[in-house]
Amino acid sequence: MQLEFTPEERAFRAEVRTFIADHYPADVRAKQDRGLELGKEDILSWHRIVAKKGWSVPAWPVEYGGTGWSATQRHIWAEELQRADTVPIIAFSTNLVGPVIYTFGTPEQKARFLPRIVAGDDWWCQGYSEPGAGSDLASLQTRAAREGDHYIVNGQKTWTTLAQHADWGFFLVRTDPSARKQAGISFLLIDMKSPGVTVRPIITLDGAHEVNEVWLENVKVPVANRVHEENKGWTCAKMLLAHERSGIALVAHSKVALGRLRKLAAATGQPGCRLADDPIFRRKLTEIDVELTALEYTELRFLAAESAGKAPGVEVSMLKIRGTEIHQRINELTLEALGSHASLRVSRATAHASGPDAVAAPGAVGIADTYFNMRKLSIFGGSNEIQRNILAKAVLGL
Amino acid sequence: MDFNFTAEQEMLRDSVARYFGDHYAFPQRQAVIRSAGGWRPGFWRGLADDVGILGAPFDEAMGGLGGGAVESMIVMEEIGKALVIEPYLDTVVIGGGLLRRCGTRRASELIGGIIAGEVRLAFAHLEPSSRFDLANVSTSAVQDGGTWRISGLKDAVRSAPFATHLLVNARVSGKSGDRAGLSTFLVAAGASGLSSREYPTVDGSRAADLKFEGAPAELLGPAAQGLDALEAAVDEGVVALCAEAVGVMRRLLADTVEYTKQRRQFDAPIAANQALQHRMVDMYMALEQSISMTYMATLKLDRPALERKRAVSLAKVQVGKAAKFVGQSAIQLHGGMGMTNELAISHYFKRATMIESELGSVDHHAARIEQCDAAA
Repeated sequence: MQLEFTPEERAFRAEVRTFIADHYPADVRAKQDRGLELGKEDILSWHRIVAKKGWSVPAWPVEYGGTGWSATQRHIWAEELQRADTVPIIAFSTNLVGPVIYTFGTPEQKARFLPRIVAGDDWWCQGYSEPGAGSDLASLQTRAAREGDHYIVNGQKTWTTLAQHADWGFFLVRTDPSARKQAGISFLLIDMKSPGVTVRPIITLDGAHEVNEVWLENVKVPVANRVHEENKGWTCAKMLLAHERSGIALVAHSKVALGRLRKLAAATGQPGCRLADDPIFRRKLTEIDVELTALEYTELRFLAAESAGKAPGVEVSMLKIRGTEIHQRINELTLEALGSHASLRVSRATAHASGPDAVAAPGAVGIADTYFNMRKLSIFGGSNEIQRNILAKAVLGL
Repeated sequence: MDFNFTAEQEMLRDSVARYFGDHYAFPQRQAVIRSAGGWRPGFWRGLADDVGILGAPFDEAMGGLGGGAVESMIVMEEIGKALVIEPYLDTVVIGGGLLRRCGTRRASELIGGIIAGEVRLAFAHLEPSSRFDLANVSTSAVQDGGTWRISGLKDAVRSAPFATHLLVNARVSGKSGDRAGLSTFLVAAGASGLSSREYPTVDGSRAADLKFEGAPAELLGPAAQGLDALEAAVDEGVVALCAEAVGVMRRLLADTVEYTKQRRQFDAPIAANQALQHRMVDMYMALEQSISMTYMATLKLDRPALERKRAVSLAKVQVGKAAKFVGQSAIQLHGGMGMTNELAISHYFKRATMIESELGSVDHHAARIEQCDAAA
């Protein structure tokens, strides 16, 4: 047993850290620093820079663009991206639809879609959830009826993240209404510009437009856009559960957020009597630090097991539960540290204005909205209650 | 980075687990703790002669197995699983840790005695008003001709009734709370000027209140060496306790899962209830995180003092909280059966509860983390 990364791994960390520092787009960083909204091109510009380096899909097989990195290297890469607070590499493309296509797709599908995902040419969204199918995903109702070389798709998807930017969507649709729940589902790739596709924004409690409803009305989808056999869509969806989960524990994200919170606490309150000196608040920080450290080493233990050849298992549910709970707790404490200043809701653009438009506490702008927005963490990607169900069944045998 | 055990370490775990399985089944344990002596000299001898683990963390030059903190962790986890009450922590981990740091011929001789199973130690550090800070020592040591003599009170000294010798933390100068002026002394059990009031502990072991009235003592290590060596040895003890707690919690969780699958109410196993399933998942997560922290702290024991202390306290906070949560949950999910003295579960709960505050409570270690942060 030993805690240190190998010299090669440390050198790798230094290499990726330098790469990020040297190549991260300055205009995107400036927008982030000012708390401004980021557009499609901001996010894709970073993806394209990473793609040019050959690192946009590290976990993929090398023949499709993967890097051949070890599990530890992928962990280091994910950690460094979080540490540097970069915009995300679009996970729906690289971690979700890509692996389904290279695992189950036809040679034509692979040739058509994979290089564009790797390069960041296409933005993909995920058409899974429906108004009546959330945690119970297999009860989905969106119908795809076969007509010659096409499916005619009708239904409604919801919570579709950033569908407003999407060029393509991957959808779970019902192709056999008479079959058992999971058995009658197929996996379709749909061009979001197809006639009959309507994307309607859902504004979330923080005022953001992140998620959408996607309505499908008599959308014609070529049968050639079905991945895997008809009625085998559930196999594709399930395969994703075991796929790349590097960074799911949000450890580096939470470390950055906790570091900012400590700085905030040291600067808040009267001189000589800062919030950071308050024993009760300080104890709250200590407690979350303990939990974060425990999660950090738990993730490293799982990683070491994976490096020793053990397949990543359902333990990742634990990383998701604890990672999101801890991150939410740090957001909560940040809100608490700001006190009444957290109530500011001014446009992010004016937050940094000078003169009469200046706000007294620019650091407070957006903090409450971040807190509100991050309540999603314990809901999406399989709610934390569903993750507990998974652990109860798979780990405890209940 | 590597969290795998070597083949030798796996063998050590297997042989310890097998030995405890053969000699420390729960009914046997209960019979021993109710017996007059409260422990089994023959079992201790077996630890020396049959499994050889009394030398696990000592250098081969001293006659040990050449292991270290990882080996102690392995043994302590098995001790937790079997609820062993014999004084491994006091003798081998803390006692051995202090002796290793003395570097004298006498210390090596005593280590030889530990490995052979002939020397058993109790660590006499708590005083009636000391709480957890190791500098809070009033017990004094004065030199009388060529002999050191100890006077003062040490209470709730675990394993003192089993010990051949006591390791006493006493003051040669200064006042309680000073980091300077402290030394570690060895006092033979039954020495003149030492009186002892023995009693059973709630978790099946034995302890004693010790009154020293000019009891003759041997100085171990330099006089007035201060706290550094003591803190380092006690930190090894804290991490070993964390490992013991991991063993205890493994049983608490496993027994609870098993019990809820068997116990039927409303025509179904109570494990079918989601409220219970989620509680057990939370127990599982608390345990896994405690394992991670125990590994982390074990592997950081040789770091510079500030880093070591912080790591050890992070682990003890996590483990202390987890021990409470897992223990209370195990009793709750066993329902009325959890309240009985008959089932092993209540005994694991009692040990888990005592570990929470042994060698420093959650609050004490949280404060120590903050002290480390302020000093960094």
